[in-house]
Amino acid sequence: MSTPAPRRDDRYGKGARAGRAGAVPYLFLAPAIVLFLLFFALPIGYTAYLSLRRTRVSGLGLGKGSRHEIFVGLDNYKDAITDAEFWRSWVRVLGYGTVVLTVMLGLALVFALILDSEAVRLARFGRISIFLPYAVPGVIASLMWGFLYLPSLSPIHQALHAVGVDDVNLLDPSILTFSLANIAVWGGTGFNMLVLYTALRATPRDYYEAARIDGASELQIAVRIKIPILLPSIVLTTIFSIIATMQVFTEPTTLRSISNTISSTWTPLMKVYRDAFVTGDLYSAAATSVIIAAISLIVSFGFLRAVRKRAFADEE
Amino acid sequence: MPRRKLLPTAFLLFGAVYCLLPVGWVLIAATKSRAELFTLDAFTPGSGFFGNLSELNAYRGGIFWHWMLNTALYAGVGALLSTLVSAVSGYALAVYRFRGRNLIFNLLIGGILVPSVVLAIPQYLLLAKVGLANTYWAVLLPGIVHPYSIYLARVYAAAAIPASILDAGRIDGAGEVRMLYRVSLPMMVPGLVTIFLFQFVAIWNNFLLPYIMLADDTKFPLTVGLYTLLVSGANQPALYTLVLTGSLLSIIPLIVLFLTMQRYWRTDLSSGAVKS
Repeated sequence: MSTPAPRRDDRYGKGARAGRAGAVPYLFLAPAIVLFLLFFALPIGYTAYLSLRRTRVSGLGLGKGSRHEIFVGLDNYKDAITDAEFWRSWVRVLGYGTVVLTVMLGLALVFALILDSEAVRLARFGRISIFLPYAVPGVIASLMWGFLYLPSLSPIHQALHAVGVDDVNLLDPSILTFSLANIAVWGGTGFNMLVLYTALRATPRDYYEAARIDGASELQIAVRIKIPILLPSIVLTTIFSIIATMQVFTEPTTLRSISNTISSTWTPLMKVYRDAFVTGDLYSAAATSVIIAAISLIVSFGFLRAVRKRAFADEE
Repeated sequence: MPRRKLLPTAFLLFGAVYCLLPVGWVLIAATKSRAELFTLDAFTPGSGFFGNLSELNAYRGGIFWHWMLNTALYAGVGALLSTLVSAVSGYALAVYRFRGRNLIFNLLIGGILVPSVVLAIPQYLLLAKVGLANTYWAVLLPGIVHPYSIYLARVYAAAAIPASILDAGRIDGAGEVRMLYRVSLPMMVPGLVTIFLFQFVAIWNNFLLPYIMLADDTKFPLTVGLYTLLVSGANQPALYTLVLTGSLLSIIPLIVLFLTMQRYWRTDLSSGAVKS
C-alpha cells in the first residue's frame, strides 16, 4: 500500500476510507441526533424565543381574543436582572455552593486518598458506606435530614439537650445554608470519592515505588504525587459540582414542606419554577433560566480557564 | 493496629458513620408507631413497623406500590433505551471516520453543560403541545439522550474493540450492522452495564423532570409521590410515619443494586476526557 501511515485515531479507518461504511455511521447516530434535536436543541431555542416575548392584555382582558403574545425584546431580561430578590437568591446559592464545594470535594479527595493508601483498615466497608447515600434520592435525603433537623424528632436535638444546649433550630435562617449544604455533602461525597478513587486505581503503582524506596511517607506521596495526578479529575468533578450546585432545587423545595423559613425564591431555580407554574409567567421564567444557564456556563468555563494550564499542562 | 494506620482508619470510619447514620435513623423510625415516633428515644426501635406497612399499603388504595412500579418502569426502560442509544452512538463515533464526526461529537457533548432547568420547562411546554405531557412518555423520552453516557460509550468502544477484529469481520463479508450486534456490542458489555447502572440511579432519583411533567398521581415516581405525601402531611404529622416507612422502602431496591453489582460501580472521568 502506498498510502501514508495512518494517524493514531485512523486505526479503525479502513472501512470508512474504502467507502464501505458509507451511511452506516450516520444511521447509527440517527437516534441520538434526532432525540438531541427534539429534547435539547428545540427546547433551548424555544426558551430563547419565549424569553423575548410577553402576553399583552388588551381591553378588559376578557374573552378569547383579548390576550396575545407580543415581542418585547430584552424587557424580560431587564426585569429579571433588576429584581433584587433574584440577586439575593444568587448570594444565598453562592454561600451554599462555597460550603458544598469545599467540604464535599475536600472530603471526597481525602477519602479517595485514604482508600488508595496502604495505611488503612476496613477500606471496603468504608468505601461502600460512604458511597451508599448516592443510592438515596435527593427528595428522600432531604426528607431524612429534614426530620433529623425537626426539634420534636431529632436525635441531634436530643444529643444537644443532653449537653445542655437547648435553643438551636437547625432550620433557622441563620444556619439554614449549612443545614442544606450538609444534605448535599452527605449525598454527593461518595460519588465524587468514587470518581477520584477510580482515577487513582488506574494509575500504575510503580509511580509511587521509587518515592517509597526513597523513604517518602504515605502523606508525602499523597500530596506530592497523587494529588497532581488527580488534578484533571478534580477539575472535572468540580465543574460538574458547580453546575449541579447552581441548579439546587430539590433539597430546599422538600424542606419547605416542613419549615416555613425557606422562601419560594430561595434559589434562582426555585424562582423559575414559581414564575412558570405558580404565577404562570412563562416569559419571565424563560428569561431567568437563560440567565442561570449563562451564569453556569461563564462560571464553569471561567474555572476551566483558570485551572487549565495547571491541571492539563502535562497531558498535552 | 499500628499507629500509622490509626488516623486514616478512624477518619474513614467517621465518614462511614456519618453516611450510615441517617439511613439507620430512618430504619429505626420506620419501626415506630405514630405515638412512639414523638415519644421514644431516637435510636430505640418501636413496635409499629407492620402497622405502618399495612397503613402504607392501605393509603389511597395502595398508591405507594403504584409509585414503586412506575419508578421501576421509568428507571428500567429509560436506562435501557438510553444505554442502547449511547452504545450505538459511542461505537459509531469511536470506530468510523466520517464527515461531521467532530461536529456531532462536540454538539452532543456540549449537552453536558446545559443546565437541566433550561430544558425541563420548555420540554414540558413542547410535550404539552403534542399532547404528551402527563404521560409516561413525558418522563421517559427526555432522558434517553444522555451526553455523558455517549461520551463514556465512546471511550469504552475505543478501549474494548480492536480494529483488527473489525477488519477480519469485513474480510469475512459481515455487514456493518451485523458486526455491531454480533461482535462489537458484546465486547462493550461491561462498560454498558456501568452506563446502565448510573442512568438507572439518575432516573430513579430524578425529581425535577417528573415533578414538572406529571399532574396525575397514578403516574408519579416515588420521589414525586413521597414529596406530595410529605406536603399533604405538613399539617398533620400523622402522615410522618407513612413518609418515613415509604422512604425506607424506596431506597431498599437501590441499596440491593449497589451491593450486588459492586464491581460495575466505577467511573473514569479523566481517562479519555483530557487525552483525546
